[in-house]
Amino acid sequence: MARKLVEVKDVYKSFGDQPVLSGVSLDVTETQNLVIFGKSGTGKSVLLKCMVGLLTPDKGTIFINGIDVLNIPLKEMNELRKNIGFLFQGAALYDSMSVRENLAFPLIRNFNFTPKEVTQKVERALDMVSLSHAIDKMPSELSGGMRKRVGLARSIITEPMLMLYDEPTTGLDPITTKEISKLIRDLQQELKMTSIAVTHDLICAQIIADRVIVLNDGIILFEGDLDTLTSLDDPFLKNFFSPEYLEDNYG
Amino acid sequence: MTSDSTFEQIRKFFDIIGALSLFTHRFFMNVLKPPYEIKEVAKHMYELGVKTFPIVSVTGVIIGVVLTLQSLPIMIKFGAEAFLPYMVTLSVIRELGPVLTALIFAGRVSSGIGAELGSMRVTEQIDAMEVSAIDPFRFLVVTRVIATTMILPLLTVYVNFLAIGGGFFASYISMGTTYDLYMSQVIEVVKFGDIIPGIGKTVVFGFIVGITGSFLGYNADKGTEGVGKASTTSVVYSSLLILIFDMILVQVTLWLWPAS
Repeated sequence: MARKLVEVKDVYKSFGDQPVLSGVSLDVTETQNLVIFGKSGTGKSVLLKCMVGLLTPDKGTIFINGIDVLNIPLKEMNELRKNIGFLFQGAALYDSMSVRENLAFPLIRNFNFTPKEVTQKVERALDMVSLSHAIDKMPSELSGGMRKRVGLARSIITEPMLMLYDEPTTGLDPITTKEISKLIRDLQQELKMTSIAVTHDLICAQIIADRVIVLNDGIILFEGDLDTLTSLDDPFLKNFFSPEYLEDNYG
Repeated sequence: MTSDSTFEQIRKFFDIIGALSLFTHRFFMNVLKPPYEIKEVAKHMYELGVKTFPIVSVTGVIIGVVLTLQSLPIMIKFGAEAFLPYMVTLSVIRELGPVLTALIFAGRVSSGIGAELGSMRVTEQIDAMEVSAIDPFRFLVVTRVIATTMILPLLTVYVNFLAIGGGFFASYISMGTTYDLYMSQVIEVVKFGDIIPGIGKTVVFGFIVGITGSFLGYNADKGTEGVGKASTTSVVYSSLLILIFDMILVQVTLWLWPAS
């Protein structure tokens, strides 16, 4: 039986008097790709940010690789973070650095690679996302899809054991959405990573998900595979796959 | 209604000052911890110096010229025009040079830092750094505050020179004062007790500019509105704090080096 890499138990989080997560529990086993599906504003991104310590839950526990992330000192948290990749919704590339510097930054700061090794790793990561030609461009010179690819390359350059994707395809056209989703799936298979992706994008979920969780108003409504989800009779869940929803999101 | 909103504004001001104090405490807890980001500090110093060089150059010359032209009729009235170089030099070195350079620097740099860090906050670049196990506070804030603290005294020395030069120029045009006479009076009047406090307080002003801009940018609200707000409030708060601290430092200076 595969080992549990991520264990989230009974997590609550509110902002002021607005509850966002109301007792969320989930597990992810090694090399599994979990997709957390749900409408915008249902706490999906908040859950991811709680996992990496960007936000602190009001209640509950989160274990990653057996480490209680809510009760460790910052130094240990940073050691753990070196093994976690995070792709932000807007890619979060450092504006003042070129693509090369963006990718080299975590390697230079956190590891003892020689300059030659850093260059090799940067070139390899860019090659994996088919953007070798953009190595000396600035983020402002990149399109939305290219920024996502560079963000993805920066996240996987340290070959993390766990990848977290925050809305990896938001704002992209359906063709680029497909390309990015396939790229995510291929990279996961190649690097044998475990991943959690939060999205409201059906195409993305279809391509990368081994397992799906549907989150709504801070609670889990469904847990299982995508085929079961699409065949359910629940009016709320069905709404996700209604022609109106698909029309609004995919044209 | 008005008193409520005034009270609310005063409360907000003190809230920000309190949070800024905690932010400053965090800076001092981090500033001496290795690794030292010397390259990053040097880069910021260079950028800030280049960014403000033209505007402080113009300011420097204008301070000297305007001060001379404004004071000349009064000095003539009292038959004291011979003391004009003394007055201009002391005014520039003790007060006008440091304070005006700091205010110009605040307008140019504090807003820039506020906008830059605010934009990084809004676009999740600061979060990305944190998730990559890199301390964004040390990398972004500490380096910028050290850079502003170090560069402002250098700019002030430069502005003082230009202001004295501007004073000579105006004096030469209006009274035909020779260079040798003007400079001999400048050298005669300037004492150690005039230079050190004047330059010394710009260290504090530089720190204020850096820490205020960084604080408001680093804690910017989400959205582009937050970036704009961080940028403009940085200028307001740093200018206000510069003037408040100037008042305090003038008292300290007079206590340490009584005016001769």
